[in-house]
Amino acid sequence: MDLLSSVISLGFVAQVLRLMTPFYLGASAANFSERGGVINISVEGFMNLSAFSFAVISILTGNVFTGFILAVLVNLIFSIMFGYFTVSLKINQIVTGVGFNLFIAGLTKFLLVYIFSSSSNTPRFEGLPELSLFKNVPFFGLFLTDYITIFCFLLIFISVYILFKTKFGLRLRSAGENPAAGESLGIKIRHYRYYGIFICGFLSAVAGIWMASNQNSYSDGMIAGRGYIALAAMIIGKWKPVNIFFACLLFSAFEAFEISLQISGSDIPSQLIQMLPYFITILVLIGFIGKTKPPAADGVPY
Amino acid sequence: MKIIFTALFTAVLCFSFNACGKKEAVNESGKETETSAAPKKVGLVFDIGGRGDKSFNDAAYKGLEEAKEKLGIDFEVIDPGDGSDRESALRKLASKKDVGLVFGVGFIFTDDINNIAKEFPDKKFACVDYSIDPSKQIPANVEAIEFKEEEGSFLVGVIAALNSKTKKVGFIGGMESNLIRKFEDGYKQGVKYADPDCQVLSGYVSVSPEGFKNPGKAKEIALSQYNSGADIIYHASGLSGLGLFEAAREKNKFAIGVDMDQQKEAPGFVMTSMVKLVDRAVFNTVKDFTENKFTGGIKTFGLLDNGVSYVYDENNKSLISEEIILKTDEAKKKLSAGEIKIELK
Repeated sequence: MDLLSSVISLGFVAQVLRLMTPFYLGASAANFSERGGVINISVEGFMNLSAFSFAVISILTGNVFTGFILAVLVNLIFSIMFGYFTVSLKINQIVTGVGFNLFIAGLTKFLLVYIFSSSSNTPRFEGLPELSLFKNVPFFGLFLTDYITIFCFLLIFISVYILFKTKFGLRLRSAGENPAAGESLGIKIRHYRYYGIFICGFLSAVAGIWMASNQNSYSDGMIAGRGYIALAAMIIGKWKPVNIFFACLLFSAFEAFEISLQISGSDIPSQLIQMLPYFITILVLIGFIGKTKPPAADGVPY
Repeated sequence: MKIIFTALFTAVLCFSFNACGKKEAVNESGKETETSAAPKKVGLVFDIGGRGDKSFNDAAYKGLEEAKEKLGIDFEVIDPGDGSDRESALRKLASKKDVGLVFGVGFIFTDDINNIAKEFPDKKFACVDYSIDPSKQIPANVEAIEFKEEEGSFLVGVIAALNSKTKKVGFIGGMESNLIRKFEDGYKQGVKYADPDCQVLSGYVSVSPEGFKNPGKAKEIALSQYNSGADIIYHASGLSGLGLFEAAREKNKFAIGVDMDQQKEAPGFVMTSMVKLVDRAVFNTVKDFTENKFTGGIKTFGLLDNGVSYVYDENNKSLISEEIILKTDEAKKKLSAGEIKIELK
């Protein structure tokens, strides 16, 4: 009874949206890269990096907007490196991704000790300001308080528009589906692959910034696998922006449900409850949504 | 399809071995220590969260610094990151000729310490929060430092229940484990002792040690508990507790800290903290070691010797009334006298 009333509440909806934000940004990030034919499993690392640089720069400069811009910039620089390895040097994309994840995990911890002499977290800082525009609007006012969460909703439409309605999107997709055909029509495939990686870098930066801003600090390992869940959501969403959104919603709803279930004091062992989101992933992956088909040239260097 | 599976598989691999990259080379020179002077240096390996967690690890470090100041010892610490680095870090310290005593901070070290202690019988080891298994014998050169967390948690439970206006309080645990269950059981029974009508909502961040460093999840659990009517939440979740403090600020409700006095994390929102004097325990062990009185075996710190207690000072005086403190002290006396027994599941 308690559980039911806590699930059907605005607080629950708001929680689902908060949990969904980093998933959807991360999944969209990976999607743009993969649509361009580059598998980017280092979304986790990129989120970690931007959360770290956002926190550090915000603390050092005392200005979160400088922090935001520079954190995005840092991610773009790393995206250039990632692109250079995977597109220009044609190194195996998954190996590069793993390398980036490990490198960033080490780098952030090293710098954390170097700058703040703490191997666990930065001092506290004030995160991004809240949006007060909808504060007095009933219903929406309760959860539309975050710029980045609102950006998530817009991102669904922006992604669909860019990928399927623009010349740029068509060319980007050609780089991921059939680069040889694209090139025969004069498209600079490598450039488009770089663009995909750049968009990925930008969106994962926003995801990481949201994480750090929401906690008002950076702590080591705070992304806690959300980047990988985002990749799973992208696959379940079959590389389509709207589907990905619902996949992310599914994950976050189960995570929120798990929290409510624990609090309701049910007798179900919490190990089982905590397993739910991952169990659902496997269930979905083994065929509940039909065959998932990645872009044809995804992961193939060109 | 193959590529997807490779990607997912690699992602999972990469996730679970995240920080293995930092593994350090191990030298086995320790077995040939036949130096004339007894080794005087102290080594310490941190738990998950590492230095700067403003909790458990920092407390242990504080004990070492105090020992350095007062006893003139030298020390060396390793921050192992996650996972399998723990054992190699312990071995690395133990194999150094000048290190005579090695600490492992955290219950996660229990098995590692047992193994390494057998490898280095001439070195001393101590493990904070050693999880005691009656079926296994503790090696003679290991000191198992144990705290009666349930007693300290009982007292903060009393404070929480008496201060709660909504008759609902919360608990957040880091990793679902016997150690954290001790906190939860003590807390719940303290709440029930003070006010049988008061309800406890509890939640765990994770079933793996990652639960001690996921503040994002802890914040969501805290927000849910506050939304369900809890107005005071106690945590035993290490670094994840930072998420609770954020939630307390956001909702303008109270939190109760753990291990160390955590009032600084969110001044005005931290009602009290259940403190474990890890620093004292570390210091005492080092002292015994330097005076050649190191005996090994189980060392228990409870209410009687102030090994666990709660914070009540100038900063939180305004948050807790004197009447409540009197009642809490009464409970403390009853606990120490054995009139109240805490049942551990």
